[in-house]
Amino acid sequence: MSTTDRFVPDRLQSPLEQRLKSWETLLLLVAIGIFVANSFASPYFLNAWNLSDATFNFTEKAMIAFAMALLIISGEIDLSVASIIALASTAMGAAVQMGVGMPGLVLIGLGVGLLCGAFNGLLVTRMGLPSIVVTIGTMSLFRGISFIVLGDQAFRGYPQSFSWFGQGYVWWVISFEFVLFAIIALIYAILLHKTNFGRAVYAIGNNATGAMFSGIRVQRVKFTLFLLTGLMSGVAAICLTARLGSTRPSIATGWELEIVTMVVLGGVSILGGSGTIIGVVIAAFVMGLVTFGLGLLNVPGIVMSIVIGALLIGVIALPRLWSMWRAR
Amino acid sequence: MLEQTDNTILRDAASDDVAVLALDRITKTFPGVKALSEVSLQLYPGKVTALIGENGAGKSTVVKTMTGIYQPDGGAILVGGKVTKFPVPQAASDHGVTAIHQETVLFDELSVAENIFLGHAPRGAFGLIDLKKMAERAREILNGIGANIDPEHKLKDLGIANKHLVAVARALSIDARVVIMDEPTAALSHKEIEELYELVETLKAQGKAILFISHKFDEIFRIADNYTVFRDGQLIGDGAIADVSEPDLVKMMVGRDVSQIFPTRDSSPGDTILRVEGYSHPTEFEDIGFFLRKGEILGFYGLVGAGRSELMQALFGITRPSGGTVEIDGAPVQIKSPADAVDSGIVYVPEDRGKQGAILDLPIFQNVTLPSLGRISSKGFLKLAEEFKLAREYTERLDLRAASLDTHVGNLSGGNQQKVVIAKWLATKPKVIILDEPTKGVDIGSKAAVHEFMAELAAQGLAVIMVSSEIPEVLGMSDRVIVMREGRMVAELANGDLQPETLVRHAAGI
Repeated sequence: MSTTDRFVPDRLQSPLEQRLKSWETLLLLVAIGIFVANSFASPYFLNAWNLSDATFNFTEKAMIAFAMALLIISGEIDLSVASIIALASTAMGAAVQMGVGMPGLVLIGLGVGLLCGAFNGLLVTRMGLPSIVVTIGTMSLFRGISFIVLGDQAFRGYPQSFSWFGQGYVWWVISFEFVLFAIIALIYAILLHKTNFGRAVYAIGNNATGAMFSGIRVQRVKFTLFLLTGLMSGVAAICLTARLGSTRPSIATGWELEIVTMVVLGGVSILGGSGTIIGVVIAAFVMGLVTFGLGLLNVPGIVMSIVIGALLIGVIALPRLWSMWRAR
Repeated sequence: MLEQTDNTILRDAASDDVAVLALDRITKTFPGVKALSEVSLQLYPGKVTALIGENGAGKSTVVKTMTGIYQPDGGAILVGGKVTKFPVPQAASDHGVTAIHQETVLFDELSVAENIFLGHAPRGAFGLIDLKKMAERAREILNGIGANIDPEHKLKDLGIANKHLVAVARALSIDARVVIMDEPTAALSHKEIEELYELVETLKAQGKAILFISHKFDEIFRIADNYTVFRDGQLIGDGAIADVSEPDLVKMMVGRDVSQIFPTRDSSPGDTILRVEGYSHPTEFEDIGFFLRKGEILGFYGLVGAGRSELMQALFGITRPSGGTVEIDGAPVQIKSPADAVDSGIVYVPEDRGKQGAILDLPIFQNVTLPSLGRISSKGFLKLAEEFKLAREYTERLDLRAASLDTHVGNLSGGNQQKVVIAKWLATKPKVIILDEPTKGVDIGSKAAVHEFMAELAAQGLAVIMVSSEIPEVLGMSDRVIVMREGRMVAELANGDLQPETLVRHAAGI
């Protein structure tokens, strides 16, 4: 049977060639365009400290977006992430009132995130409930607990060492949050693109039945993804709480949709199965730059959300319009 | 709009000689497969024509051609003797042709009446659906076929037999002249089957032409007036059922000389590797027991729905059995998931390649390495060079034809997709490989390649289980054959000079 007179090559296009034709390249051009436009629009834009400030617009959201990207690629979603932030922040605030110090606060933040992620994951993987319904439910549930605990009060009095996570600088204009963002991006890029686990995530997102029939432990992988998303929400809760210096139950309201927007803008298919971490990184910069640039121009928040919405639809529709135009 | 045509049909239908619907030398080709080759078929008013053939003989394709789902590449469809085209399914139903499918397409959440009249509901004021009139007419039709079903009930509350009656009522609601029944008794109990026979008699009396597709010879002889036999997309024979005997039909259906196209195998099985005892499932199969030796090919034959695939999927950990033991190499194993099965050395090539076998939107090399990720990685990190090496090794062994290894599996032909799935499992170095309908939807050329490869695997000492509904394949490839019927093992036969007729008799219980 091994008459190998025909040779099947590994690839037809080199990886570089594929990358140049990819969504991420298009998105990078958009990002550069926005950067250039911003630097012309406002004289304050090209300033190292201003740019450094701008990164706070996306670092915390992006940390969650990386985990969310894996979850969406696997065909699931978690809409409770912002509420997990609220619950984790509330737990840390309550701990501060009881005199818990910095290391304890970090553990509480991460722990609450993990527990919430495990709760979502169990409901989805053990009971077979659809994740969009489960996490809409826990979205109300988790934040509801924060409201019961806090009412219209706020927790304050975080120790100085804790505040560093949200306000500290590692070197010159490079904030701790930005460094953490970069490290997490790298970890998730390796996890998704270079490991067995990442390969399983793609396989599940493309065809969960086929993946199961190929010996992949589908439910175990999905549960892990919910854990990771919860954990990253805990990390974001630590950074955000430290940066604000207080906890209110309304903290991070509406972030879940901004995070999903970031993921989808980054080229992750909302139907699952495809997407890259570098795409989400670029999308994070695009969203941060747009928000910051418009802020410098004193554009009100409402208009900003209109622009982000239009940007999302525009960038998503562009390749489709392009292929429709070429097909004519 | 179709008044004119309608009248023509009615007039022609009145005389017994003109077929109400006829296919004249219809040809239909799919990429790589000639599904129908100049087949002809005539349906007469008030007559039941049985369409007989093995799986893959072209029965479903012919039904889809008659109902406007497929367009023939050649030949003509004649309605009442006039050449007609069914460019869309609606055109076929406008001409009174309707099909009741194996898995009937109905809507669980809608009421019985809504199911019957979906798409052609009686309208009232403002073009809104006249619910009262719809329920009334639904009741009339249901009464006409002796079905005691409340049209207001939701469909999901009905049993399978009643759902069938709703499907029949739906067919009648469009004033059907031709009713196609595709294995209507496959899922029915004995009593329900009797009721269906009565219904067929009722329809006959109303002058409908009926095409009855079935594997079961007893019911063919019971209700059919005419027969048509297909094999490999060709018309083999037709005529009045009174003029043929059962052995004649079996011979026509199975037909070809089995030994020629299959690889000759020198089978000398080794040690027993798999032993299954008292294996049962709550609903699908009961008390299955067999053994399998190294280098052996064990065939599983039976009709569709006999529980063969369900048995294999339980062995592979997809579903949980309710009892019984599985031993590999003499040691009992607990298989709770496909991952466990792969670890134990049992792999399964499913019948449904697109959904279960392959991940169509992933490249070939990633499909091949998916169950073997542990072997091409260290500490969980993938090594791309080793991944390509492994994929290349096994795809070359199977003589895969593709533009490149990063081509998506969905872009390959059925035969090459099957090779990817088999390559994927061989890369795990299994002990037992289960092939479920391994050549279904595979073109003739690749079929031979798959058969040859199966023989080679067995020769190398792999234990092979082959589930197949194609008699020549079962006879040509297996060392032993287990026949299943209604979830039970009914025969275990050594394949010395096994006759096709023997298999068919055991499978059909005659």
